[in-house]
Amino acid sequence: MAKYAFLLYEDETVWLQATPEDWDTAMKVHGRFTEQVVEMGGTVLGGEALDPTTTATTVRRDVVTDGPFAETKEAFGGFYLIEARDLDHALAMAKVCPVGDGCVEVRPLMVIPEG
Amino acid sequence: MLAATVRVAVDLDLAEECVQEAYAAALTTWARDGVPRSPAAWLTTTARNRALDARRRAAVLRSKLPLLVEPDMTPEIGSVFPDDRLRLVFTCCHPALAREAQVGLTLRLVCGMTTAEVSRAFLVGEATMAARVTRAKKKIAVARIPYRVPQAHELPDRLDAVLTVVHLLFTTGHTAPGGADLVRADLVERALDLARMLAGLMPDEPEVRGLLGLLLLTDARRAARVDGAGDVVLLADQDRSRWDRAAIDEGAALVAEAMRGRRPGRFTRQAAIAAVHARAASWEETDWPRMVRHYDELLRQWPSPVVELNRAAAVAMAEGPAAGLVAADLIAGQEHLRRYHYLPALRADLLRRLGRLDEASRSYGEAIALVDNAAERRFLQRRLDAVLGQAGAEL
Repeated sequence: MAKYAFLLYEDETVWLQATPEDWDTAMKVHGRFTEQVVEMGGTVLGGEALDPTTTATTVRRDVVTDGPFAETKEAFGGFYLIEARDLDHALAMAKVCPVGDGCVEVRPLMVIPEG
Repeated sequence: MLAATVRVAVDLDLAEECVQEAYAAALTTWARDGVPRSPAAWLTTTARNRALDARRRAAVLRSKLPLLVEPDMTPEIGSVFPDDRLRLVFTCCHPALAREAQVGLTLRLVCGMTTAEVSRAFLVGEATMAARVTRAKKKIAVARIPYRVPQAHELPDRLDAVLTVVHLLFTTGHTAPGGADLVRADLVERALDLARMLAGLMPDEPEVRGLLGLLLLTDARRAARVDGAGDVVLLADQDRSRWDRAAIDEGAALVAEAMRGRRPGRFTRQAAIAAVHARAASWEETDWPRMVRHYDELLRQWPSPVVELNRAAAVAMAEGPAAGLVAADLIAGQEHLRRYHYLPALRADLLRRLGRLDEASRSYGEAIALVDNAAERRFLQRRLDAVLGQAGAEL
């Protein structure tokens, strides 16, 4: 078996106005997706939702800036899931992440509201 | 008080709410029991207790979240208060926030300005400023920007962001980007308050003294910068007896101390430049060669077209307008300066002094087309009229 990453792109403004029912529905459809993957002979190895891009911080050659700032010729090339004490701790580690002339976008994982 | 509360509340919105509640509680309690011996301490303790309560409720509600309240939270206002303000400043000026958000948050939370006041200061709509501040607060909470003073090894970088915000605030007030008045005194005062506060909280940082010195020395000229009609008077033409001598003495002493540091930073260097002006009896008697040396040093630390432009003006005084023009033309093509009216204004002045009046009037025209501040525009227009008159007389 080979491994693949599914990168989900959506209009995030929709989620900024989501009601508890919307979240409930989202949890259900993603739960259903996980079952479908199994039915289809695959495995979900992991998955997370990210907080919106307004919470993103970009580290490029040691310089920290607000927001997601990949340049158009730069493509999503890989990811690490990091546990850190806080944003400063995460940014310190992002600065040593080997990404050459590119950048690391640091985005908090979403804490799904408990229903 | 907000600073002390936010440490307990963790969330800035909650902290603001608790401070409001404390004021409300004061109204009823003080009316009943009389005003306490230390009203500020009473308010801070009350606001912090509200925050603690709110956080305990939230913690019970979401039982999985650990109680983040630090163990040393007994209300010893005297000792923790300065630290808390410093924490708040570093959080508001965190590099992961956009610069406009840093400035907005600092004014809102450290200086206690209302969103309406902050939006007026920066000539943006109140809704825009409110959205900016809300988004920044949300990012602080969601991305977990820590509420603490950076450690020693991170301090140089982080301190620069804080000083830049205070300096930006000052320059915005010193020469307002638009509107009718040259100076917006409220912003200048806030910036000076912040710089003083930082100098008090971080007495061992030479660059903080350098910044305070820079602001004092620059603001010392305030009374002489506009004439009775509200028109701009250039440094060269100012009545130096109207400069604030007390501010100059204080600023110059701070610069002298800051320059003793291992490697003076850019704010200290700029302050040293301001000190050279402050010491000179007149524009002509200014130590221009020394000024050029300071600018060379500043350019090495902080290469920027704006610094190069100022260096060109100093070169013109030290070596004559022709040399100044050569230095100004070296930077003329830079994209950053395309909309910067001081470049054509400087070129116009140098061309005028060289007697190249046609070129001078064209440059004044370019500068006038770019300038937004009404007082500055009137000044350039007067210069243009004078040059046109002179050119006409020579025909």
